[in-house]
Amino acid sequence: MNTNIPLSVRFFGVGNAGVNMLDRVVDRGFAGASCIAINTDASSLAASTAPEKINLESKAFAGMGTGGDPARGRELAEEMFGRIKSRCEGAQVVFIFAGLGGGAGSGAAPVLARAAKECGALVIGFVAMPFEFEGKRRQLAARRAQDALREFADGVVCWPNQKVFKLVDESTTVADTLRGANERIADGVAGLWRMLTQRGLLDVQFPDLCAVLRDSHQDAFFGSVEAIGESRAAVATEKLLAHPLLEGGEALSGANAILVNISAGANLTMAEVGKVMDAVNSRCGEAKVFVGASEDAGLGENLQITLVAARRGEALPEEPAPVRAVRPKSEATGQSGLHLDTEFLERQAMRRTRSRFVAPKPEMSADEVEKLAERTTRGRKAAKLRQAQLPLEIISKGRFEKSEPTVLHGQDLDVPTFVRRNMVFN
Amino acid sequence: MFDSSSIIVGLEIGTSKICAVVGDMNADGALNIIGIGQAPARGVRKGEIVDAGAVEECVRDAIVQAETMADVEIRSVYLGVTGGHLRGFTNHGVHPVVSADREITQDDVDDVVKNAKSVNLPAENSVLHAIRQHFTVDGQSGVTNPVGMLGARLEVDVHVVHGNTNRIQNAVRAVKALQLEVDAVVFNGLAASLAVLTDEQKEMGTLVIDLGGGTTNYVVYAEGIIKHTGTIAVGGDHVSNDLAFGLKVPLGRAESLKIELGTAVVDPSSHGREVSFKPSASGFERLLNIEQLQMIMGARLEETFELIADDIDQAGLLNYLGGGVVLCGGGARIPHIADLAADTFGVQVSLGRTNCINGIKAALDHPEFATAIGLVRFGSLQQRKPKQVNPLAETFKSTLTQFFRR
Repeated sequence: MNTNIPLSVRFFGVGNAGVNMLDRVVDRGFAGASCIAINTDASSLAASTAPEKINLESKAFAGMGTGGDPARGRELAEEMFGRIKSRCEGAQVVFIFAGLGGGAGSGAAPVLARAAKECGALVIGFVAMPFEFEGKRRQLAARRAQDALREFADGVVCWPNQKVFKLVDESTTVADTLRGANERIADGVAGLWRMLTQRGLLDVQFPDLCAVLRDSHQDAFFGSVEAIGESRAAVATEKLLAHPLLEGGEALSGANAILVNISAGANLTMAEVGKVMDAVNSRCGEAKVFVGASEDAGLGENLQITLVAARRGEALPEEPAPVRAVRPKSEATGQSGLHLDTEFLERQAMRRTRSRFVAPKPEMSADEVEKLAERTTRGRKAAKLRQAQLPLEIISKGRFEKSEPTVLHGQDLDVPTFVRRNMVFN
Repeated sequence: MFDSSSIIVGLEIGTSKICAVVGDMNADGALNIIGIGQAPARGVRKGEIVDAGAVEECVRDAIVQAETMADVEIRSVYLGVTGGHLRGFTNHGVHPVVSADREITQDDVDDVVKNAKSVNLPAENSVLHAIRQHFTVDGQSGVTNPVGMLGARLEVDVHVVHGNTNRIQNAVRAVKALQLEVDAVVFNGLAASLAVLTDEQKEMGTLVIDLGGGTTNYVVYAEGIIKHTGTIAVGGDHVSNDLAFGLKVPLGRAESLKIELGTAVVDPSSHGREVSFKPSASGFERLLNIEQLQMIMGARLEETFELIADDIDQAGLLNYLGGGVVLCGGGARIPHIADLAADTFGVQVSLGRTNCINGIKAALDHPEFATAIGLVRFGSLQQRKPKQVNPLAETFKSTLTQFFRR
């Protein structure tokens, strides 16, 4: 069995969204970690299951929140700076959960990060970015807060809420959607937690994680998947590549640093690690890749993969991954026609000067908006279909895509022979 | 003018082209090709109709062209069909001879054939051809005509070609919509083999491969009879599609590159050679590696031949190909295709020439007309009196006639 690394960890949830995320984390019960909820809204704090709570009371609003003003959130946090700092005292690692774009999360989270940093802790932020429908102002506020947080934190991992749409269908309720999102964040945290605290077979340590997350990145994404059974490695890899946050694996090709941790209850084989890493390596181009592998009895027969990918800046805020993923490829092969629909986005990316804050949404004409909407619907459909068909097959069948497949001896003859035979051309 | 009964028309609805051939049979039963019409096909995929309206138009064009050239009015056609749904298998029938003197009569022969034909087909399928092979009388095999022989037990093998009824009817309906009668529906591979093989080749054992646009049909002859048939829904379209995907060019461009630069085996001189071309009118020039193109193409063709070889091997006929392999269809025009086939099958390979029929020389030389010409030949064999001691015509007696009496 593995020995646990003694690590003093604090989880902080800031703001309403942050407190909700923290609740999910508390539910999972990480041994040896203490959880602290910080909010300006007394009622939210009262509902929270976190054992420790700090109320940033606002006299102006009688403990009812900040009214969505980050400046007020920051002010209140600064007032209580001493108290917050005392909570960070002695921690080695501090996780901050916050939903950015509002008042408390955007305002208080950077202050908390500073406090933790001053106490000498390593700081990792898990932040949820607002939905598109929440409006430009909130998006901008969230971007600002993210930048502010990044100044103090060793790493910030983003959860763009908009991507949650890919996980849900028309009939999913709002409550289920948000709960699902929080669950996934908790999954990711659990994965990271396991990675950092379990003595691994191939060890990943905190500095590795920081190296992935620190500087030179615009966004960091994480995904955590589990699979069980005979071909658990293949299934988990497939799930991972279909993960909405990883853009169907395309986020990997745009990433410049990737950390992968593979853990299993027992019998983790080298072949499984190799299989997963082959899939990741083949997609990630020249990124720095860190690998970890560990055994954890708590997982039983399950295989879990946790992946953190950080991407260099200068990407568009909305749909950066596909654009970045496509571009180098298209240059290499000299192809121009296939990806017309992303071209207008790309051109805007180049025209944009390097402003400190990237605007949340590109200026779009009506038909461009329509186009983008189409992309979203397509994504949603793809998410539903993804168990049935691998995307590669869909691409390579060309004109026979809609005709009855010609299957002989278990092979689909409509797929080009050289693809099925894995022929390599110089 | 011509007596309409002596005019035989073969119509092939192919994936890439629709082709009508008019033949004139004289009193001796000799066949003369007098007219050809063809139109590029639309609405056909993998040998099957996907857009009936478009197909009707193309058929009309081809028929009108053939009528003009032959100066006849076409009333009925022999229709060729293909498609991945067609299957061929051989069934065995047994019949005890019950008469007191043990002499085998025509009735016994009819009974044993009927016996062999009664096979379990899926409900939606129907028999296209039931081709009688050799009889066995009391264990003595290789009997071609047992009537009058003595024996207690009569056995026969029948090769049955069957397919999905509705899909076959789709082609028939498209033709009937043009006020044309359908004399018979014939499996394309069978028709092609009739056009290109000599009796000697049939006796020696020969494999005929019809490399079409959407499907590849093949027929194996041995000891003068059809031993095996098959069809794979892979053809020239797949080659173009592979190239379009592998070279990342539009499909139309892939098609023309295939014709310009394609070969079946990689040409050593094309190693490292590149051509520049524009994928589209507005696009910028790109370099294209010829070797890669030929490798992609070669892989597909080689695989197609291997699939056929596997199938024939399973039927136990791979060692009976003394007469070699004969290639026809548009795919036979690919440079070096004969070399590739010779490598795969290990026998001599020739390109199909229509030798057994007179007529317009230009048409007979083209391998892509083999199927349509074969349909005319099938028609001529049908129209001769079956009883006129022509075992070949007897052999191809189709059970399909009742199929069209609707």
